[in-house]
Amino acid sequence: MRSILLASALCLAALPAAAQVTVKDPWVRATVPQQKATGAFMKLDSAAGARLIGGSSPVAGRVELHEMKMENNVMKMREVKGIDLPPGKTVELEPGGYHVMLLDLKHQVKAGDVVPLSLVVQTELGKIETVEVKAPVRPLNASAGGGEHGGMHMDMKH
Amino acid sequence: MAVVRFWKMALAAGLAALTFAGCDGGAPRFAGIDITGADWGRDFRLQDPDGRTRTLADFRGKYVLLFFGFTHCPDVCPTALTRAAEMKRSLGADGSRVQVIFVTVDPERDTPQLLREYTGAFDPTFLGLRGDAEATKRTADEFKAFYEKVPTGASYTMNHTAFTYVFDATGRLRLSLPHSMTAAQFAADLRTLMKNAS
Repeated sequence: MRSILLASALCLAALPAAAQVTVKDPWVRATVPQQKATGAFMKLDSAAGARLIGGSSPVAGRVELHEMKMENNVMKMREVKGIDLPPGKTVELEPGGYHVMLLDLKHQVKAGDVVPLSLVVQTELGKIETVEVKAPVRPLNASAGGGEHGGMHMDMKH
Repeated sequence: MAVVRFWKMALAAGLAALTFAGCDGGAPRFAGIDITGADWGRDFRLQDPDGRTRTLADFRGKYVLLFFGFTHCPDVCPTALTRAAEMKRSLGADGSRVQVIFVTVDPERDTPQLLREYTGAFDPTFLGLRGDAEATKRTADEFKAFYEKVPTGASYTMNHTAFTYVFDATGRLRLSLPHSMTAAQFAADLRTLMKNAS
Protein backbone atom coordinates (compact mmCIF):
# COMPACT_ATOMS: atom_id res chain seq x y z
CA MET A 1 0.00 0.00 0.00
CA ARG A 2 2.76 2.33 1.00
CA SER A 3 4.63 1.69 -2.23
CA ILE A 4 1.50 2.41 -4.25
CA LEU A 5 1.06 5.69 -2.44
CA LEU A 6 4.70 6.52 -2.98
CA ALA A 7 4.42 5.64 -6.65
CA SER A 8 1.38 7.84 -7.11
CA ALA A 9 3.06 10.65 -5.21
CA LEU A 10 6.01 10.39 -7.57
CA CYS A 11 3.64 10.39 -10.55
CA LEU A 12 1.92 13.49 -9.27
CA ALA A 13 5.24 15.18 -8.74
CA ALA A 14 6.20 14.37 -12.29
CA LEU A 15 3.00 15.63 -13.84
CA PRO A 16 3.61 18.52 -16.18
CA ALA A 17 0.92 20.52 -14.42
CA ALA A 18 1.23 23.98 -12.90
CA ALA A 19 4.47 24.82 -11.20
CA GLN A 20 2.46 25.04 -7.99
CA VAL A 21 4.84 27.47 -6.46
CA THR A 22 3.78 28.53 -3.01
CA VAL A 23 5.25 31.45 -1.13
CA LYS A 24 5.50 31.62 2.64
CA ASP A 25 6.53 34.42 5.00
CA PRO A 26 7.18 37.06 2.35
CA TRP A 27 8.45 40.42 3.63
CA VAL A 28 10.01 43.57 2.30
CA ARG A 29 12.50 45.70 4.20
CA ALA A 30 11.23 49.23 4.87
CA THR A 31 13.06 52.20 3.40
CA VAL A 32 13.69 55.81 4.38
CA PRO A 33 12.13 58.50 2.12
CA GLN A 34 15.17 59.11 -0.11
CA GLN A 35 16.05 55.45 -0.54
CA LYS A 36 15.43 54.01 -4.00
CA ALA A 37 16.01 50.31 -3.44
CA THR A 38 15.19 47.54 -1.02
CA GLY A 39 14.98 43.76 -0.79
CA ALA A 40 12.12 41.26 -0.60
CA PHE A 41 12.55 37.96 1.20
CA MET A 42 10.40 34.81 1.35
CA LYS A 43 10.29 31.03 1.40
CA LEU A 44 9.45 29.32 -1.89
CA ASP A 45 8.17 25.81 -2.49
CA SER A 46 7.54 24.20 -5.82
CA ALA A 47 5.80 20.85 -5.84
CA ALA A 48 6.86 20.00 -9.39
CA GLY A 49 10.09 21.98 -9.56
CA ALA A 50 10.47 25.35 -11.23
CA ARG A 51 12.79 28.27 -11.62
CA LEU A 52 12.18 31.80 -10.39
CA ILE A 53 13.24 34.06 -13.24
CA GLY A 54 12.00 37.52 -12.38
CA GLY A 55 9.19 39.67 -11.13
CA SER A 56 7.52 43.02 -11.01
CA SER A 57 5.91 45.26 -8.44
CA PRO A 58 3.85 48.43 -8.65
CA VAL A 59 6.19 50.08 -6.11
CA ALA A 60 9.36 49.47 -8.14
CA GLY A 61 10.53 50.53 -11.57
CA ARG A 62 12.57 47.35 -11.86
CA VAL A 63 12.83 44.03 -10.09
CA GLU A 64 15.95 41.87 -10.14
CA LEU A 65 17.10 38.68 -8.47
CA HIS A 66 20.27 39.12 -6.45
CA GLU A 67 22.57 36.84 -4.54
CA MET A 68 24.68 37.91 -1.57
CA LYS A 69 27.75 35.94 -0.57
CA MET A 70 30.44 36.52 2.01
CA GLU A 71 33.83 35.65 0.61
CA ASN A 72 36.83 36.20 2.81
CA ASN A 73 34.96 38.92 4.70
CA VAL A 74 34.03 40.71 1.50
CA MET A 75 30.31 41.08 0.88
CA LYS A 76 29.66 40.17 -2.73
CA MET A 77 26.42 40.99 -4.46
CA ARG A 78 25.47 39.93 -7.94
CA GLU A 79 22.45 39.67 -10.15
CA VAL A 80 21.34 36.15 -11.01
CA LYS A 81 19.25 35.17 -14.01
CA GLY A 82 17.21 32.69 -12.05
CA ILE A 83 16.87 30.77 -8.82
CA ASP A 84 16.15 27.05 -9.05
CA LEU A 85 13.24 25.73 -7.01
CA PRO A 86 13.81 21.98 -6.84
CA PRO A 87 10.69 19.86 -6.26
CA GLY A 88 9.80 19.36 -2.63
CA LYS A 89 12.54 21.60 -1.31
CA THR A 90 11.99 24.94 0.41
CA VAL A 91 14.19 27.64 -1.03
CA GLU A 92 14.68 30.54 1.34
CA LEU A 93 15.26 34.02 0.05
CA GLU A 94 16.67 35.62 3.17
CA PRO A 95 19.38 38.00 4.34
CA GLY A 96 22.65 36.17 3.84
CA GLY A 97 21.62 34.65 0.51
CA TYR A 98 19.19 35.36 -2.30
CA HIS A 99 16.71 38.21 -2.40
CA VAL A 100 14.34 39.89 -4.79
CA MET A 101 15.71 43.38 -5.34
CA LEU A 102 13.19 46.18 -5.77
CA LEU A 103 14.83 49.07 -7.64
CA ASP A 104 13.81 52.55 -8.73
CA LEU A 105 11.25 52.68 -5.93
CA LYS A 106 8.36 54.98 -6.73
CA HIS A 107 7.80 55.89 -3.10
CA GLN A 108 8.98 55.05 0.38
CA VAL A 109 7.86 51.65 1.68
CA LYS A 110 6.92 51.88 5.34
CA ALA A 111 6.72 49.24 8.02
CA GLY A 112 3.18 47.92 8.07
CA ASP A 113 2.56 48.54 4.36
CA VAL A 114 1.86 45.58 2.10
CA VAL A 115 3.82 45.38 -1.14
CA PRO A 116 2.29 43.44 -4.05
CA LEU A 117 4.82 41.37 -5.98
CA SER A 118 4.30 39.33 -9.14
CA LEU A 119 6.92 36.62 -9.33
CA VAL A 120 7.63 35.03 -12.69
CA VAL A 121 8.47 31.35 -12.62
CA GLN A 122 9.27 28.90 -15.34
CA THR A 123 8.10 25.31 -15.01
CA GLU A 124 10.27 22.32 -15.80
CA LEU A 125 8.63 22.23 -19.23
CA GLY A 126 9.36 25.85 -19.90
CA LYS A 127 5.91 27.24 -19.20
CA ILE A 128 5.90 30.76 -17.77
CA GLU A 129 3.63 31.40 -14.82
CA THR A 130 3.03 34.26 -12.44
CA VAL A 131 2.71 33.96 -8.70
CA GLU A 132 1.07 36.85 -6.88
CA VAL A 133 2.50 37.70 -3.49
CA LYS A 134 1.48 40.24 -0.87
CA ALA A 135 4.55 41.01 1.19
CA PRO A 136 4.20 42.89 4.47
CA VAL A 137 6.86 45.51 5.12
CA ARG A 138 9.09 44.99 8.15
CA PRO A 139 11.10 47.80 9.75
CA LEU A 140 14.43 48.74 8.19
CA ASN A 141 16.15 47.26 11.21
CA ALA A 142 14.36 43.89 10.99
CA SER A 143 16.67 40.96 11.69
CA ALA A 144 17.24 38.15 9.24
CA GLY A 145 14.42 35.63 9.24
CA GLY A 146 12.21 37.87 11.34
CA GLY A 147 14.03 37.00 14.53
CA GLU A 148 13.75 33.25 14.40
CA HIS A 149 17.41 32.96 13.49
CA GLY A 150 18.63 35.88 15.52
CA GLY A 151 20.68 38.40 13.62
CA MET A 152 22.98 36.45 11.40
CA HIS A 153 23.64 33.10 9.95
CA MET A 154 26.06 33.07 7.13
CA ASP A 155 29.48 31.46 6.93
CA MET A 156 29.37 30.46 10.57
CA LYS A 157 26.54 27.97 10.41
CA HIS A 158 27.94 24.44 10.37
CA MET B 1 36.04 28.01 0.86
CA ALA B 2 35.16 31.18 2.71
CA VAL B 3 34.19 29.01 5.63
CA VAL B 4 37.57 27.32 5.71
CA ARG B 5 39.32 30.69 5.50
CA PHE B 6 37.15 32.09 8.24
CA TRP B 7 37.90 29.24 10.59
CA LYS B 8 41.57 29.37 9.79
CA MET B 9 41.50 33.04 10.63
CA ALA B 10 39.43 32.47 13.75
CA LEU B 11 41.85 29.74 14.81
CA ALA B 12 44.81 32.00 14.20
CA ALA B 13 43.14 34.77 16.20
CA GLY B 14 42.35 32.30 18.96
CA LEU B 15 45.93 31.02 19.07
CA ALA B 16 47.22 34.55 19.11
CA ALA B 17 44.92 35.35 22.01
CA LEU B 18 46.11 32.25 23.89
CA THR B 19 49.74 33.08 23.26
CA PHE B 20 49.19 36.57 24.60
CA ALA B 21 47.35 35.26 27.62
CA GLY B 22 50.23 32.86 28.23
CA CYS B 23 52.72 35.71 28.28
CA ASP B 24 51.28 37.95 30.92
CA GLY B 25 48.21 36.02 32.00
CA GLY B 26 46.02 39.09 31.71
CA ALA B 27 45.88 40.08 28.06
CA PRO B 28 42.33 40.73 26.92
CA ARG B 29 40.63 38.13 24.78
CA PHE B 30 38.36 39.15 21.98
CA ALA B 31 35.90 37.37 19.72
CA GLY B 32 37.12 39.73 17.00
CA ILE B 33 40.62 40.13 15.63
CA ASP B 34 43.03 42.14 17.77
CA ILE B 35 44.85 44.49 15.39
CA THR B 36 46.32 46.77 18.03
CA GLY B 37 49.44 48.41 16.64
CA ALA B 38 48.31 48.28 13.00
CA ASP B 39 50.06 50.92 10.90
CA TRP B 40 46.94 51.44 8.83
CA GLY B 41 43.42 52.65 9.57
CA ARG B 42 44.89 55.67 11.34
CA ASP B 43 42.42 58.33 10.30
CA PHE B 44 39.78 59.48 7.85
CA ARG B 45 38.70 62.81 6.48
CA LEU B 46 35.10 62.78 5.27
CA GLN B 47 31.94 64.91 5.34
CA ASP B 48 28.99 64.42 7.67
CA PRO B 49 25.45 65.03 6.37
CA ASP B 50 25.71 68.70 7.45
CA GLY B 51 28.70 69.12 5.17
CA ARG B 52 31.19 69.40 8.03
CA THR B 53 34.55 67.71 7.61
CA ARG B 54 35.08 65.03 10.26
CA THR B 55 38.24 63.23 11.28
CA LEU B 56 38.93 60.63 13.94
CA ALA B 57 40.11 63.34 16.36
CA ASP B 58 36.52 64.65 16.54
CA PHE B 59 35.55 61.48 18.37
CA ARG B 60 38.28 61.36 21.01
CA GLY B 61 36.85 59.93 24.21
CA LYS B 62 34.48 57.66 22.28
CA TYR B 63 34.88 54.08 21.17
CA VAL B 64 34.40 54.38 17.44
CA LEU B 65 32.91 51.55 15.37
CA LEU B 66 33.47 52.22 11.69
CA PHE B 67 32.33 50.20 8.73
CA PHE B 68 31.79 50.59 5.02
CA GLY B 69 28.48 50.10 3.27
CA PHE B 70 25.85 51.61 0.99
CA THR B 71 22.16 52.26 1.40
CA HIS B 72 21.12 50.32 -1.73
CA CYS B 73 22.27 47.24 0.15
CA PRO B 74 19.26 45.23 1.39
CA ASP B 75 21.14 42.68 3.42
CA VAL B 76 24.56 43.11 5.03
CA CYS B 77 24.37 46.86 5.68
CA PRO B 78 21.05 46.96 7.53
CA THR B 79 22.17 43.83 9.37
CA ALA B 80 25.41 45.53 10.43
CA LEU B 81 23.60 48.69 11.54
CA THR B 82 20.93 46.68 13.37
CA ARG B 83 23.64 44.73 15.13
CA ALA B 84 25.45 47.94 16.10
CA ALA B 85 22.19 49.33 17.54
CA GLU B 86 21.59 46.09 19.48
CA MET B 87 25.14 46.19 20.78
CA LYS B 88 24.75 49.79 21.89
CA ARG B 89 21.52 48.99 23.72
CA SER B 90 23.03 45.99 25.45
CA LEU B 91 25.95 48.10 26.69
CA GLY B 92 23.46 50.13 28.71
CA ALA B 93 24.97 53.37 30.00
CA ASP B 94 28.30 52.52 28.33
CA GLY B 95 26.48 52.62 25.00
CA SER B 96 26.80 56.40 25.09
CA ARG B 97 30.60 55.96 24.97
CA VAL B 98 30.28 54.40 21.50
CA GLN B 99 30.11 56.28 18.21
CA VAL B 100 28.98 54.25 15.20
CA ILE B 101 30.17 55.54 11.82
CA PHE B 102 28.86 54.29 8.50
CA VAL B 103 31.11 55.24 5.58
CA THR B 104 29.40 54.97 2.22
CA VAL B 105 31.22 53.32 -0.66
CA ASP B 106 28.51 54.63 -2.99
CA PRO B 107 28.67 58.44 -2.63
CA GLU B 108 27.07 58.74 -6.06
CA ARG B 109 23.70 57.55 -4.78
CA ASP B 110 24.14 58.09 -1.04
CA THR B 111 23.41 61.78 -0.75
CA PRO B 112 23.95 63.51 2.61
CA GLN B 113 20.21 63.58 3.25
CA LEU B 114 19.78 59.90 2.43
CA LEU B 115 22.69 58.99 4.70
CA ARG B 116 21.17 60.97 7.55
CA GLU B 117 17.76 59.33 7.14
CA TYR B 118 19.29 55.89 6.76
CA THR B 119 21.62 55.78 9.76
CA GLY B 120 19.01 57.62 11.85
CA ALA B 121 16.52 54.82 11.23
CA PHE B 122 18.76 52.51 13.27
CA ASP B 123 19.90 54.91 15.98
CA PRO B 124 19.75 58.70 16.10
CA THR B 125 23.39 58.91 17.21
CA PHE B 126 24.77 56.88 14.27
CA LEU B 127 26.67 58.99 11.79
CA GLY B 128 26.92 58.55 8.04
CA LEU B 129 30.05 59.92 6.39
CA ARG B 130 30.83 60.38 2.74
CA GLY B 131 33.50 61.76 0.49
CA ASP B 132 33.92 62.26 -3.22
CA ALA B 133 35.17 59.31 -5.28
CA GLU B 134 38.78 60.12 -4.45
CA ALA B 135 38.26 60.56 -0.70
CA THR B 136 36.20 57.35 -0.61
CA LYS B 137 39.02 55.44 -2.29
CA ARG B 138 41.63 56.99 -0.02
CA THR B 139 39.64 56.06 3.10
CA ALA B 140 39.04 52.48 1.96
CA ASP B 141 42.73 52.09 1.10
CA GLU B 142 43.71 53.39 4.53
CA PHE B 143 41.55 50.65 6.08
CA LYS B 144 42.73 47.98 3.63
CA ALA B 145 39.09 47.76 2.66
CA PHE B 146 37.95 46.65 -0.76
CA TYR B 147 34.97 47.88 -2.73
CA GLU B 148 33.87 47.79 -6.35
CA LYS B 149 30.86 48.48 -8.47
CA VAL B 150 29.06 45.47 -9.91
CA PRO B 151 26.81 46.11 -12.91
CA THR B 152 23.29 44.63 -12.75
CA GLY B 153 20.49 45.05 -15.30
CA ALA B 154 20.40 48.78 -15.94
CA SER B 155 22.08 49.73 -12.67
CA TYR B 156 24.81 48.58 -10.29
CA THR B 157 25.36 47.15 -6.86
CA MET B 158 28.52 47.07 -4.75
CA ASN B 159 30.90 44.50 -3.32
CA HIS B 160 32.68 45.65 -0.19
CA THR B 161 34.66 44.54 2.83
CA ALA B 162 32.34 43.74 5.70
CA PHE B 163 34.64 44.17 8.68
CA THR B 164 33.75 46.57 11.48
CA TYR B 165 36.79 48.47 12.75
CA VAL B 166 36.92 49.45 16.41
CA PHE B 167 38.94 52.35 17.81
CA ASP B 168 39.47 52.86 21.53
CA ALA B 169 38.75 56.17 23.24
CA THR B 170 42.27 57.41 22.55
CA GLY B 171 41.77 56.97 18.79
CA ARG B 172 43.89 53.82 18.43
CA LEU B 173 42.66 51.14 16.04
CA ARG B 174 42.19 48.01 18.17
CA LEU B 175 39.87 45.45 16.61
CA SER B 176 38.56 44.17 13.33
CA LEU B 177 35.23 42.40 13.75
CA PRO B 178 34.07 39.97 11.03
CA HIS B 179 30.47 40.17 9.83
CA SER B 180 29.81 36.69 11.22
CA MET B 181 29.96 38.01 14.80
CA THR B 182 26.77 38.59 16.80
CA ALA B 183 25.63 41.72 18.64
CA ALA B 184 26.41 39.96 21.93
CA GLN B 185 29.97 39.25 20.77
CA PHE B 186 30.36 42.86 19.65
CA ALA B 187 29.17 44.07 23.06
CA ALA B 188 31.49 41.65 24.88
CA ASP B 189 34.50 42.86 22.89
CA LEU B 190 33.58 46.49 23.59
CA ARG B 191 33.22 45.77 27.29
CA THR B 192 36.62 44.08 27.30
CA LEU B 193 38.17 47.10 25.61
CA MET B 194 36.51 49.49 28.05
CA LYS B 195 37.47 47.41 31.09
CA ASN B 196 41.09 47.16 30.06
CA ALA B 197 41.33 50.88 29.42
CA SER B 198 40.19 51.98 32.87
